[in-house]
Amino acid sequence: MKAIYGLYGDGMSAQQAVNRLRAAGVADREIVVMSSQPMEDYEFGHMDSRTRIWWIACLGGLIGMATALGLAWLTEVSWPINVGGLPTFAWWPNLIIIFELTMLGAILATVVTLAVTAGLGRGSSFYDPAVSDGKILVGVANPPEASVHELESALAAIHGAQIKMI
Amino acid sequence: MPHSRINNDLLRPLFQTSWRFYLLVGIFGSIVLAALIAWLSQAYFGFGVTGIAWPIYWGFYVTNFVFWIGISHAGTLISAILRLVDAGWRRPVTRCAEVITVFALMIGALFPIIHLGRPWLAFWLFPYPSERLIWPNFRSPLVWDFFAINTYLTGSVLFLVLPMIPDFAVVRDKATGLRKKIYGILALGWRGTPKQWHRLESAMSIMAVAIVPVAVSVHTIVSFDFSMAPVPMWQTTIFGPYFVAGAIFSGIAGLLIAMALLRRFLHLQEYLLPIHFQNLGKLLLVMALLWGYFVFNERLVTYYGNEPSEMAVFWRTQRESFAPLYWTMIIGNFVLPVVLMGIKYFRTITGCVIASIGVIVGMWLERFLIIVPSLGHKYLPYSFGTYRPQPVEIIIAIATFAAMTLLYVLFAKFVPIISIWELKTGPSERTGLPHHLGHVGPVVTDRPRP
Repeated sequence: MKAIYGLYGDGMSAQQAVNRLRAAGVADREIVVMSSQPMEDYEFGHMDSRTRIWWIACLGGLIGMATALGLAWLTEVSWPINVGGLPTFAWWPNLIIIFELTMLGAILATVVTLAVTAGLGRGSSFYDPAVSDGKILVGVANPPEASVHELESALAAIHGAQIKMI
Repeated sequence: MPHSRINNDLLRPLFQTSWRFYLLVGIFGSIVLAALIAWLSQAYFGFGVTGIAWPIYWGFYVTNFVFWIGISHAGTLISAILRLVDAGWRRPVTRCAEVITVFALMIGALFPIIHLGRPWLAFWLFPYPSERLIWPNFRSPLVWDFFAINTYLTGSVLFLVLPMIPDFAVVRDKATGLRKKIYGILALGWRGTPKQWHRLESAMSIMAVAIVPVAVSVHTIVSFDFSMAPVPMWQTTIFGPYFVAGAIFSGIAGLLIAMALLRRFLHLQEYLLPIHFQNLGKLLLVMALLWGYFVFNERLVTYYGNEPSEMAVFWRTQRESFAPLYWTMIIGNFVLPVVLMGIKYFRTITGCVIASIGVIVGMWLERFLIIVPSLGHKYLPYSFGTYRPQPVEIIIAIATFAAMTLLYVLFAKFVPIISIWELKTGPSERTGLPHHLGHVGPVVTDRPRP
């Protein structure tokens, strides 16, 4: 079996399903939840929320800054031109380039981190299009055969649940 | 409102195509085609077909460049600010706005190329090591433009595209056949797990923080193209904030017009509500007052300086040949928005659109009046001259508006113009608040772990 899951009409029911799966001995990393919107009002919406994306963005900014500094310094020193009597390496105009590339570095690092950590572009184990209609999917991928019945009972215990096995 | 209804309403333009769509594409596509022919004729016959000549080398083309870069401030900047302050009413507005940024930047960025006599050598503009020595000249505002506009364009495209991914997934789930495959690719395997949502929201927060100073820097740097040059009424310290304020001002006006058109033609009356127009109308009022304050400052300081070459330009715009354009600008940019948006009775959707049209006209004239009167009346009489735009330039200027509309129509045909998932996030399931009142704050159900 590839997966067993339930579809729920509201966040409260989904939260109950998650809690019942935990009670059945399923670890958080094995519980799959899918929704058509962020569910920050519920505890399950905060699963796997630890991220270093802010730090990586800062690192990207630093790399951008270093690149700009190196680019400006290297080129200006290699091809010295007199522009209005300014020093060959003039800080004021170079700050503009440094600022722009710092921001570009932070933006690109953020997007790359999002793509990698959110698993964008990678195939998924299972999915149900009912999620787009507002259903919240709670389930387990590749459950052990021995525990299928117990998981089904846990997911079905919530009123209004629609249970599917694929 | 049920999710299925939101999906149906916002996906309708993608799945149903009316004759109006083809008509609009036909009309605006024809205008863009005419501009393309005009531009090709300019490339073939040379710059003699334009009105650009000594001493005014920056005519309609640079006016359009500055104007469209200004309009680009509608989206990403406004959207980022509203996202940072968590304004709930922003949700139906953000994507409409962000799209304007991307297309306006693309149109604006075309003008340095259109402005070239030999556009096939456009790559000469790029800073790379060559005998032209543009590469090491980081002290040129044109090189700053290159870096700033490209950073802003990259950031704006990503800022627009990232929140589109969950909506592509909705389209994927609703579509069939080839469309399902295409949107499946665009959705990048989005499933809507808590991890994906959390990463997306974190990324959007970082992008919002990063994009606001970049947006401000872009128009400041565009203003440096002028203020770094020894030309009467250009070399002023106020140009940076003046340009930024003007850009946001024209951007809001552009956004209001786009929203009103979308509301009418895509039947989005239940999503783009009068309160959205009223709130943006208030912003328009604030920016009109700020714009008036900057103009007053600029004019007063020049008047007190009484420098002959500056005063010549000053009076040319206020009393002489450019006076009709100048006073039209004042009416469009100040009188009209202040009256219409200042009086609550007029702050309706129609009032917002009328005021915004005035602002768009006024801001285009402002860019023109910064460029042409000053370049035509520099310090010495040998450099005095006039400028008369020729049909090629006029067609291309008109076509930029047609191109914007065309791109917008096409975008709304292929992508939900209102962010579906953000709209769904708005209402609280437990308060039953209508969508436009937005999120009411966290109500975390912290269930004890078994």
